[in-house]
Amino acid sequence: MDIWMALIQMLNGIQYGLLLFLVASGLTLIFGIMGIINLAHGAFYMLGAYLAWWLAGITGSLGAAVLLSLPLAAGIGYAIEVLLVRALYKRDHLDQVLLTYGLILIFNEAQRVFWGNDVHGVAAPAMLDWSVKLTDTLSYPVYRLALSGVCGVLAVAMYLVISKTRFGMWVRAGASNRDMVAALGIDVKLLFGLVFAVGAALAGLAGAISTPISSVAPGMGDNVLILCFVVVVIGGVGSVKGAFLGAMLIGLADTFGKVFVPDFASFTVYGVMAAVLLWKPKGLFS
Amino acid sequence: MISTSVPKRLAILLLAVLTVLALFPVWGKLVFAAKFAFLMQKLTGIMILAILAMSLDLLVGMAGLVSLGHAAFFGLGGYMLAMLSPQYEAANLWLVLPAAVATSALAATVVGFLSIRSSGIYFIMVTLAFGQMGFYFFNDSKAAGGSDGAYVHVKPAVEAFGVTLLDLDQKLTFFYVALGAMVAVYAFLKVLLASPFGRVVSAIGVNENRVQGLGFNPRAYKLAAFVIAGGVAGLAGVLATTQYGFVSPASLGWHQSAHVLVMVILGGMGTLFGPVLGAFILELAHFAFESMTDHWLLPMGALIIAIVLLLPKGVAGLLLQWGKDKEDAT
Amino acid sequence: MSQSDFILETRALTKVFGGLVANSEVTIGFRERQAHAVIGPNGAGKSTFVNLLTGHLTPSGGQVLLKGANIAGFPAHKVSRLGIGRSYQKTNVFPSFTCFENTRLAAQSRLATSMRFFRPACSYKAVSEQAGCALEAAGLGSKASRMAGALSYGEQRQLEIAMVLATAPEILVLDEPLAGMGKEESEKMVGLLKGLARDYTLILVEHDMDAVFAIAEVLSVMVNGTLLESGPLEQVRASRAVQDAYLGDGAEAY
Repeated sequence: MDIWMALIQMLNGIQYGLLLFLVASGLTLIFGIMGIINLAHGAFYMLGAYLAWWLAGITGSLGAAVLLSLPLAAGIGYAIEVLLVRALYKRDHLDQVLLTYGLILIFNEAQRVFWGNDVHGVAAPAMLDWSVKLTDTLSYPVYRLALSGVCGVLAVAMYLVISKTRFGMWVRAGASNRDMVAALGIDVKLLFGLVFAVGAALAGLAGAISTPISSVAPGMGDNVLILCFVVVVIGGVGSVKGAFLGAMLIGLADTFGKVFVPDFASFTVYGVMAAVLLWKPKGLFS
Repeated sequence: MISTSVPKRLAILLLAVLTVLALFPVWGKLVFAAKFAFLMQKLTGIMILAILAMSLDLLVGMAGLVSLGHAAFFGLGGYMLAMLSPQYEAANLWLVLPAAVATSALAATVVGFLSIRSSGIYFIMVTLAFGQMGFYFFNDSKAAGGSDGAYVHVKPAVEAFGVTLLDLDQKLTFFYVALGAMVAVYAFLKVLLASPFGRVVSAIGVNENRVQGLGFNPRAYKLAAFVIAGGVAGLAGVLATTQYGFVSPASLGWHQSAHVLVMVILGGMGTLFGPVLGAFILELAHFAFESMTDHWLLPMGALIIAIVLLLPKGVAGLLLQWGKDKEDAT
Repeated sequence: MSQSDFILETRALTKVFGGLVANSEVTIGFRERQAHAVIGPNGAGKSTFVNLLTGHLTPSGGQVLLKGANIAGFPAHKVSRLGIGRSYQKTNVFPSFTCFENTRLAAQSRLATSMRFFRPACSYKAVSEQAGCALEAAGLGSKASRMAGALSYGEQRQLEIAMVLATAPEILVLDEPLAGMGKEESEKMVGLLKGLARDYTLILVEHDMDAVFAIAEVLSVMVNGTLLESGPLEQVRASRAVQDAYLGDGAEAY
């Protein structure tokens, strides 16, 4: 593998990691703050992707489609929190697992009812649909760079919101000690609803902006969900910092795994997880 | 948490249901005529899943370990049978069955060792991830047939001194093999739960900290339970692969794990007979929904949500209440 | 002080949670077959101390010496097997087990291992005997077949003690055995504890002063995570520092 190839794989790994972070950060926050283990989180990723594909077909613009799909994903997330998840705060994790598993089945099937079983692709916006030439034979698509840029900006924004704003203070208080939130006089219902909606929106956004580089297909949410679980396990449940590190680790492990051990690429990710668990049973930041 | 004794009335009811099931090959033929063969196959499959559900109940209902990767040991058992069977002749069941069960138990030892150090939500996530690790291992490995799965063309032979004892190719024979295995696993787990080991494991599910305070190392007992449950799941996997002559990576996947977990909860965890009922109810509901609509996952998902919200103690909870009421009344 | 004076002692035992020092250099010695009470206001670090003694928490520093051997940092199950039994402040019985099954489980922990898979737990004679004796000793002999969850609160506290006794300990560490009890229940429990004080080394963490003065021979007072004073009951009661810091006006009543 020459240096350019390595660079390309490195960029791909980072881009994949950043995308995973968008989804995993919501998962880890929803657990950290609300104490809810949400298996249906991957469904929002799928929802975002399908909405983007569908709305891009209607509006003719992926950009518009992404912007439209955001409030939709957030709204659906909020509705689910109010209607179903709210009943589970006092129940144990087992019930949460089962209820959100039921939700996955409904989401997956609803997707088939509305949009069918076909696999779709979405073209990158014309403005970003070109490549940077690296050597005579190698080039790197600008859309992927833009994608990394967007995810990177969002990660920084998330860091600023969490560390500098009032909402962020609630989030930090909630993640370190759930009982403290109520004691601080915070509207718990509102906070939980918002966190769930933001998590859903982030996952939906990740799904929407990933459409030009990966296909829109049934069951796509499941794969991402499991990887995000791995990310959260590695990073430490409830830690956004850990989710970021875990996501980068998994993004790179997956990408380089495909290069070095193509036959067992999916396996490498779990190998990394097992190694981290042997070293730190509760993840890197816990 | 298990209550070691099942009320008498309930025991009688359950025995009656078991008898009706055991006699299905007789009355089913008359009642269902055209669909009989299909139903025989279905019921055999459900009994095998019931074994898997009971093994998960040992973890979830007794030891308080919510595993979302339990199907991995089920699928692994099935794959071991497929890989140990010669292509065109029958494998010796007396060799492949222990080998498959031992492999599942061994895998459970490794996974258990790594995951039992965590607890609660962490344990759920870690077992889920390890389950998927198993899924991808077989999904990606060419030797085991990749995503197409692996076949067992000739069912294992059950022989003693050259005499064939059971012909597993016979649907009727295999129905009773599955029934026998289900009853045997129930009895095995009952004995296990009444043993010193079983008492400690049951207590861990209620209050692990206290059990440790009494002088038991909870981690060792949880690991042992995890290994036993993995071995029993491997047994179920061997039976399932024998029945269908086929095993696919999906049998290790997390949807399968979640599906079995639903059986345990629907039936009533910590009761052993509950998960068996759960397997029957869920699979028959599945069958009913499937015959009604292509989009059967919608009512299935709704059913699961309804169970969680409305029936947290499962069907067994209702039945135990009924059994106790009757006992109190007399 | 030579090691042989004490069956159990702590030396500079310290526990820090984050920035909070819950126990700071606590040094206390417990003599064999002596009833030793540890008292102190809420938040004095008594519960932390008990958890450090019994392995439920790992000390940040210092030693716990059992017959001269340092057991600090041993896990709780190992500490229990070394002969230090503890009861819990919050009732911690197994509600869906009968009383007898509760004590039998406890007694079972003295088998070399409970990794015994096939013989029913009820067929181990020595274990059952030990469990029965513990129930009798705690005054619950007649309730053996009752579900623990169906007992009265006071009886559950007795069962809590019975479970500790069933583990055949040398040293009993009792964490507020009278917590939440009514007057009559308390009197019964005090009687039980007085009896136990004759046969065991008793370490009693308690709020109820009447009970402490009735049972204990030696008193240690903790304040803000440190040991304020330790010594014979009368001496500590008379101590100015203790009265100022803790016993306050109420102490004059005694």
